[in-house]
Amino acid sequence: MNKVLVQGNVEGIVLKSEDPINFLGTVDKKTGIISDKNHDLFEKSIANTILLFPSGVGSSVGAYTIYSIKSNNSAPLAMICKKADLTVATGCALANIPLVIVSEKKFSSIQNNDKIVLDTKSENIISTIF
Amino acid sequence: MELTREEESALKGEQGEIMEMAYRILVATGEATDADRLIPIEWAHLSGVNYNTIGDAGEEFLSTISKDARVKVKTTLNPMGFDIDNVSNYNVDDNFISKQLSIKNSYETIGVIPSFSCIPYEIFDIPKENTQVAFAESNAAIHANSYDNLKTNKESAFSALASAITGKSPYSSLRKEDSPNLSIRMKINNPTELTYGMLGFFAGKVGDTSVNISGLGEMDRRQCKAMCGGMGTSGTCAKFLFDEEKSGIEKIDFDEKEMKNVYDELNTTEKGDIVTLGSPQLGLDEISDLTIKLKGRSFKKRCMVFTPRMVKEQARKLGYTNELERAGCEILSDCCTCLTPLINKDNVDAVTTNSIKGAFYLKNSNGVDVNLKSLAQIIEDETQ
Repeated sequence: MNKVLVQGNVEGIVLKSEDPINFLGTVDKKTGIISDKNHDLFEKSIANTILLFPSGVGSSVGAYTIYSIKSNNSAPLAMICKKADLTVATGCALANIPLVIVSEKKFSSIQNNDKIVLDTKSENIISTIF
Repeated sequence: MELTREEESALKGEQGEIMEMAYRILVATGEATDADRLIPIEWAHLSGVNYNTIGDAGEEFLSTISKDARVKVKTTLNPMGFDIDNVSNYNVDDNFISKQLSIKNSYETIGVIPSFSCIPYEIFDIPKENTQVAFAESNAAIHANSYDNLKTNKESAFSALASAITGKSPYSSLRKEDSPNLSIRMKINNPTELTYGMLGFFAGKVGDTSVNISGLGEMDRRQCKAMCGGMGTSGTCAKFLFDEEKSGIEKIDFDEKEMKNVYDELNTTEKGDIVTLGSPQLGLDEISDLTIKLKGRSFKKRCMVFTPRMVKEQARKLGYTNELERAGCEILSDCCTCLTPLINKDNVDAVTTNSIKGAFYLKNSNGVDVNLKSLAQIIEDETQ
């Protein structure tokens, strides 16, 4: 079951992570680059991707990081998570970044570098473009 | 989520832009936590105060909303980037100082109590059992739910702000019931506060919204704080339960092997250039204990001690601050080990601390290496 937390309609390339993301401290506010050596997206930028990751973790101030990367044009086009957390939900709500929660099965079915359309008003919210 | 007619009208913007924004955040929060309605809260504690963490976008956002936004309930505030009394001693750049002061002014204009502390549970009176609050500081939310018999989501900076402005929060499952997804059996002998911090960090990784812990002996206040700080850093989990016989859920052990994994993840060097204590900030009994431990000893290197201003005043009256300063400690209020511009990689390569939360953010955000030790070990190794 998909659950829409923030509405939107975007098209883009998936950047997939199997690790949760602590937005505060591990995501650069200006560039959107991940600085945590133990993270599977280490040194990658999340800017302009459709970011697929299990959930946000860590400090509540991470919501401001999401707001900052949006203000600095370094935010993902949309985010897709397995688990809803308040840092990501409220950061995306304030920054108007579409956010969808998907099932484990759906999460597994979307691959890194897939080109997808995410439209929260459509019947099929996430569709892959081949 | 069901909204009342008045809440619907606020969401539509009929009560101004601030209320529209606040309700949009509360609705996203409610959807994320499967809430069916909003309920009143009596106390909000806000994060998002340090210019280091919220940046220019955050500073401008707060400056803009402070023109109209006002809090409806008692609202307290997390630490900022420096101690306002002695910021001139620390080579903090002028831009940082002016942006930080702008953030401070915005919050004061909104009507927030300028407590600048991440341990509201130690410096304010705790309301009666089951009072609904909205705490954004992660260690404080876990502490409130697990030890103080209060009810809060592990709020985000924005959801707590929205709750402060509206006096409401989504009635999510965490406010209603306790359903730990697994039980952790503590299997470490002679634990120190560092052990509890690592246990918290481990629990945060494996826990869902709440987690059961068994095998704990008597814990003191410092150990509780260390657990909450560790847990808040690594996960979304917002509550510890302490039920020895929780049946029907998966059980896992926190043993020497798991502890070593956490230690190896967070400890990146064997020696620090400076010592920092207080993340979460130290309370009065920890200051008292530190004073006793330092009797007749002094630090061989710089030691920064972070404590709330209210605690520092009490400690001064009791003579503790004199004694700590004699032992070489710099005592700082209004700020905390984590994410302060007072510690950065231009002048410090590595930090020794007993804080798991401090260790994580010092490494990942400030870019300095971390040497983790218990307080007793720090006193033994770093003082003479």
